Amino acid sequence: MRFLLRRAAFYLFTAWAAITINFFLPRMLKGDPVSAYLAKNQGRISPEAADSLRTLFGLDDGRSVFQQYLDYWGLLFDGDLGRSFSKGLAPVTEVIASALPWTVGLVGIATVLSFFLGTSIGAFIGWRRGSKADLVVPVATFFSTVPYFWMGLIAIALFSTTLGWFPASHAYDKGSAPHLSLDFVAQVIQHGTLPALTIVLASLGGWILGMRNMMVTVLDEDYVTVAQAKGLSQRRVLVNYAARNAVLPQLSSFALSLGFIVGGTLVMELVFSYPGVGKLLLDATTAKDYPLMQGLFLIITLTVLVANILADVAYAVLDPRTRQMEA
Amino acid sequence: MTADVIAAEPAPPVDHRTSPLAALSRAFAMFRNGKSITGLCILGFFALLAVFGDWIAPYGPLDKDFDALRQPPSGAHWLGTTHMGEDVFSQIVYGTRGVLVVGFTAGIIGTLIAVVIGVTAGYIAGWRSESLSALTNVFLVLPALPLMIIVASQYDNPSLLLIAAVLAITGWAWGARVLRAQTMSLRNRDFVQAARANGEPLYRIIAVEMLPNLTAIIASSFVGTVTAAVLGLTTLAFIGVIPITNLNWGTILYWAQQNGAFPDFWWWYVPAGLCIALLGMALSLINFGIDEYVNPRLRSAGERARAMRKRGLSPSSGVTAVRTDLEPPDPDPALSADTRPDPGRADPDPDPGRADPDPDAGRADPDPDAVTPAPPGRPPAD
Repeated sequence: MRFLLRRAAFYLFTAWAAITINFFLPRMLKGDPVSAYLAKNQGRISPEAADSLRTLFGLDDGRSVFQQYLDYWGLLFDGDLGRSFSKGLAPVTEVIASALPWTVGLVGIATVLSFFLGTSIGAFIGWRRGSKADLVVPVATFFSTVPYFWMGLIAIALFSTTLGWFPASHAYDKGSAPHLSLDFVAQVIQHGTLPALTIVLASLGGWILGMRNMMVTVLDEDYVTVAQAKGLSQRRVLVNYAARNAVLPQLSSFALSLGFIVGGTLVMELVFSYPGVGKLLLDATTAKDYPLMQGLFLIITLTVLVANILADVAYAVLDPRTRQMEA
Repeated sequence: MTADVIAAEPAPPVDHRTSPLAALSRAFAMFRNGKSITGLCILGFFALLAVFGDWIAPYGPLDKDFDALRQPPSGAHWLGTTHMGEDVFSQIVYGTRGVLVVGFTAGIIGTLIAVVIGVTAGYIAGWRSESLSALTNVFLVLPALPLMIIVASQYDNPSLLLIAAVLAITGWAWGARVLRAQTMSLRNRDFVQAARANGEPLYRIIAVEMLPNLTAIIASSFVGTVTAAVLGLTTLAFIGVIPITNLNWGTILYWAQQNGAFPDFWWWYVPAGLCIALLGMALSLINFGIDEYVNPRLRSAGERARAMRKRGLSPSSGVTAVRTDLEPPDPDPALSADTRPDPGRADPDPDPGRADPDPDAGRADPDPDAVTPAPPGRPPAD
């Protein structure tokens, strides 16, 4: 119970800190969003309209920062993240909601795939330590240090431009709007394959290396020796004794990487012009669209936080020592 | 955050009676293995490129030669030219400087923050330690790349130091968390308790008793921060957030992509990407070396398994092999001694009923932290 309370307090504190940083971030930066918006639409907006814009965005200079902070919290609890300048004053929540499924779908599948593949390969080469399987290690290291955007560009140059196997950009063909039909689903799969493959390739190395190193450490433990001495089958020792213990740190990194799905794919979405959250953040940054930037940053941070909570829960369920230690 | 904080097996306490030279040599012991040396050599090569760039590069990085546009590699231009007739090789040589200066500055700043916050949080107890830990965790949770983009895009012409500082601020938290855990475990060791009982002042306990036992973790956190900073810098430059006046490998790729180098002008974009990968690989190798120094099981696993295979035993078989040949056993006593504790040759448990190998009850600590995982501050897919 004490354990749960402490974790809850910690997460509440972190959430508060993240939201507060998010509040101050645009205010520390120079220039206010309305001026940027006016500069973009020069001459087309009268001073009175500019004043009402300021009121609309809560940028009245009359209020103290503390009052603004309180109002910000109030708006946040109403689920109001303001309006986006660059998207024709549409509510930020709607803009984000339209981009989120693309990122979560594509990168989510790629991350899960990469985790299972990498962990299995890592468990295997850890088990067969000292054999030719060790050659996987330098190759995996290389692929995990290659800059992702470079690999993506080369994949496009090779498989899209030269060979023409996959489309080079966007989530679906130009001219079609998202709807539920077999044809559209096929388009989405065709457009998503190349980005998904590059993500898997880029992140596979980390999973392999992490699992392999844990396996090598765990295989020296006495309980593995005892399991083998009892005459259990190789497979059982590998899966139920060695891999089961070695996978614990992997699982907590997996939960963390789930959180980074939303923020970490920025570069992929830039390279492949994929209409996800990362691309949205880049566009918002170039357009100096502060409300959208702020909203995106908040969503990304909160996702990471939720993933951390999941990691904690998973760890407590899987590893009884975590609970015992606190008790 | 879970309990997967680092609790690596520390090096034995440093003996202070030895000469300074021996102490220095011991401080570098973590780099004295094949992997670290290979990594350091590659790093040294890039460092030479950066220092002597003015003499090595045949042209200025922005010298334009309008008679040789988009030329493939030749004797005059080793790595060809860009759309403006700039020499790609010279750009890479000068770009090395930008990458290394920013990478190492970020690494130094980040490691300093990590050591100060991590060791302090580990040594003191109570709410102050908890709040420093909470601060660290907040920075772990903040997504690094979006934060870097938002901050860097606010400046029209950010200086190298500013870029390095932004990279350091987003990258120190992992090291601090690891250092806190290790300091907490050191705090209760006998030699630290003895120093405290002797009345040694706090700064001396931290600087003389603790820091020597933290060097491997500090070094590993430094290398990790530099790796993340190099990748972060080139990514920011590629996205176009960092001005083009700051020449580095990422800017080369930015220009290559902006001017349609893909896929035909391979000499323009392949070398820069390979350089980033090579530098990243060198840094990872150094870190692997440190990992193996900290966790000897990683070091010996491959060697022992290979030695067993050579003798016709399977290292992953549970059955003790019965030798049918009548040759005398391997005469090399060192090798036999080395292989003895391995699972394949272990004596059967004298009392199988008592030893319950239930992996859940786990008397064995899987040591989740002996392996330093990649800092999570770095998004997995860039």
